[in-house]
Amino acid sequence: MLNRRNFLKTTAAASVVMTTPAIIGRAFASDPIRVGALYSQTGGLSVVEKLLANAVQMAASEINAAGGVLGRPIEVVVEDGASDPKTFSEKASSLIVKNKIDTVFGCHTSASRKAVLPIFERRNATLFYQTHYEGFECSRNVVYSGAIPNQQLGKYIPWIVETLGKKKFFIVGSNYVYPREMAKVSKKLIEASGAEWVADEYLELGHSEWAVMVNKIKESGADVVLSNVVGDSIIAFYREFKNQGLSHETIPICATVTSEIEIAAMGAEYAAGSYMSVPYFMSIDTPANHTFIDNFRKFTNDPKAVTYHSLEAAYFQVFLWKQAVEKAGNLDPQGMRDAIRGQSYDAPGGKVTIDADNLHCWMTPRIGQWQADGQSKVVREEPAPLKPLPYSAYGETEDNLFCTAKGLDQAKLKG
Amino acid sequence: MFDVIFIGLSLSSILLLVALGLAITYGAMGVINMAHGEMVMIGAYVAVLSSIWLGANFLLAIPIAFVVTALFGLVIERLVVRRLYGRLLDTLLATWGISILIQQAVRLEFGLTFFGIHIDGLGPGLQNVTVPSYLQGTVSVAGLEFNGYRAFIIGVTLALTALTWFILYRTSAGVQVRAIIRNPKMAAACGIDVKRVNALTFAFGSGLAGVAGVMMSGFKTVFPDMGATMVVDGFMVVVTGGVGSIFGTILSSGLLGEINALVAIGTNDIIARAVVFAVVIGVILFKPNGLFSYKGR
Repeated sequence: MLNRRNFLKTTAAASVVMTTPAIIGRAFASDPIRVGALYSQTGGLSVVEKLLANAVQMAASEINAAGGVLGRPIEVVVEDGASDPKTFSEKASSLIVKNKIDTVFGCHTSASRKAVLPIFERRNATLFYQTHYEGFECSRNVVYSGAIPNQQLGKYIPWIVETLGKKKFFIVGSNYVYPREMAKVSKKLIEASGAEWVADEYLELGHSEWAVMVNKIKESGADVVLSNVVGDSIIAFYREFKNQGLSHETIPICATVTSEIEIAAMGAEYAAGSYMSVPYFMSIDTPANHTFIDNFRKFTNDPKAVTYHSLEAAYFQVFLWKQAVEKAGNLDPQGMRDAIRGQSYDAPGGKVTIDADNLHCWMTPRIGQWQADGQSKVVREEPAPLKPLPYSAYGETEDNLFCTAKGLDQAKLKG
Repeated sequence: MFDVIFIGLSLSSILLLVALGLAITYGAMGVINMAHGEMVMIGAYVAVLSSIWLGANFLLAIPIAFVVTALFGLVIERLVVRRLYGRLLDTLLATWGISILIQQAVRLEFGLTFFGIHIDGLGPGLQNVTVPSYLQGTVSVAGLEFNGYRAFIIGVTLALTALTWFILYRTSAGVQVRAIIRNPKMAAACGIDVKRVNALTFAFGSGLAGVAGVMMSGFKTVFPDMGATMVVDGFMVVVTGGVGSIFGTILSSGLLGEINALVAIGTNDIIARAVVFAVVIGVILFKPNGLFSYKGR
């Protein structure tokens, strides 16, 4: 019978158990550490997200082969977000609450990340998010290992104006938050570089009829196209571009999302000569990257698998997590998040560091030009990794940070 | 101005390419064939697979795709659709189920994924179809520059439309088909083998979708979901044109394509799509049977 005394006894006993996780941890030292991988295994986005889940699993298996974390192996629990933000939020709850997992690698689109964010913040859990995204976020429960606008565009636009000598930009994107935020940053940079933009146009996600848009590009008098188009629309865009007689020699497409995957699907001849700005390219010629590509191909049992920026980030973020856990010395989520600030790792694409202020990632911006073989040639590489500034569109600079370890400074955002 | 008309013509031809097969399976046979988009998708995959496994040229993929998808259509008709004639809503549900089955079959490589076997050209990813170099870029005729590939699509669409018209209106098989469209029982009473003609008509409509798939594969992305959006456009054209009328389908695809191009060039593609839907709603409101329609069935 549950009377008050019994109740007090049980709760006291329970709190003793809960406050001594270290003892339990030691008692089961060889138990696996469970982490989540929350990616769409079904639905329209599964093509890309399955690969990201593979990269996380590959990193975990490499860590396990080398002795695990704190002497314990990692067990990756894969959940299916089913390409639907609502499902993502349900599955995130299930991973954190039901499976008692503190660390989840996952989400690909901004929509899915926004959907799971409140759960991670309420439950003191950590999300590792690898996709390059629009910035404008300062959560202390998310480690962002992908590039953000200042890293993709900050050096890209001035380079287009100065080195390529282009003066008139036609900005085109898919109609959702990422391309619109990218356009906002681009316009500032274009004007600051002394060039102008002649149009800022959008097409629905998944739209594949480019006849009219490419015709507008032709008529606009623009001498360069800045493309924030995502997904399968990219393929139809590049093909239509060539089919309407436009050439990357005179009007190059300078893209921010076009990756090795889309190039392979459209046929290299349609993209040859165009540009792309992102920190990682498959063509980076270092032993570390060759090993990464070989291992990934072996891991996925696909000798033609391609690697690209988000995939590399999905892979290296697991190692950053491992280092943070080892630095903290235990599995406390807050301790891990404190320890990950300033952690560096030699990723396949070069050195990356988690920023001490905003939990985004320092990385080396690169500009690649697509070649006839479907690979890129890196034509410009920043000498050192660049600090991430998630609020660069709103005036954030290295000397005037909006997002710090204390969180977002709302006053600065408004001012 | 020439550009606008050409783009409009091109948009129309793409709409017609998908709608032509539907005009037959839905318009003539009264089957709401939700798997029509998947027939287009199969056609596109035939282009991918025949270039990987047979080394076949893009043009050669057109007849192969026609035959393969026609066979698929025949099997679907024999197994499922045959039992559902006259039950409009049931055909919708059944063919929608078939469309999901086909999508997943391609995505899971007909189940071989479970055994760790990978077939090049299948699976969930994006596929590449190589377009011959003479169909890339522009061709100039009489001082005007054409988008070569789109001109090719217009040509193929015209040829298929002419072929369909010829079969329906100038052959004895066509007479039988038209008789069945008007009144299947009376046609049967006159000695027409309704079952056999229905099966062949369904196969022909599916084959047309297969050719559409090959054409789409040259400028759109080939992946398992590609057919889902196309079937919507196809139904839109057929309903606007009038169920059962090939001529109405041709006219409405021309109308909707040109409206789309004109509005898109004046404003943008998003508004153009809204205007096209508004026109379709208007037509259905004021002419519920579409612009042209037969009575019967």
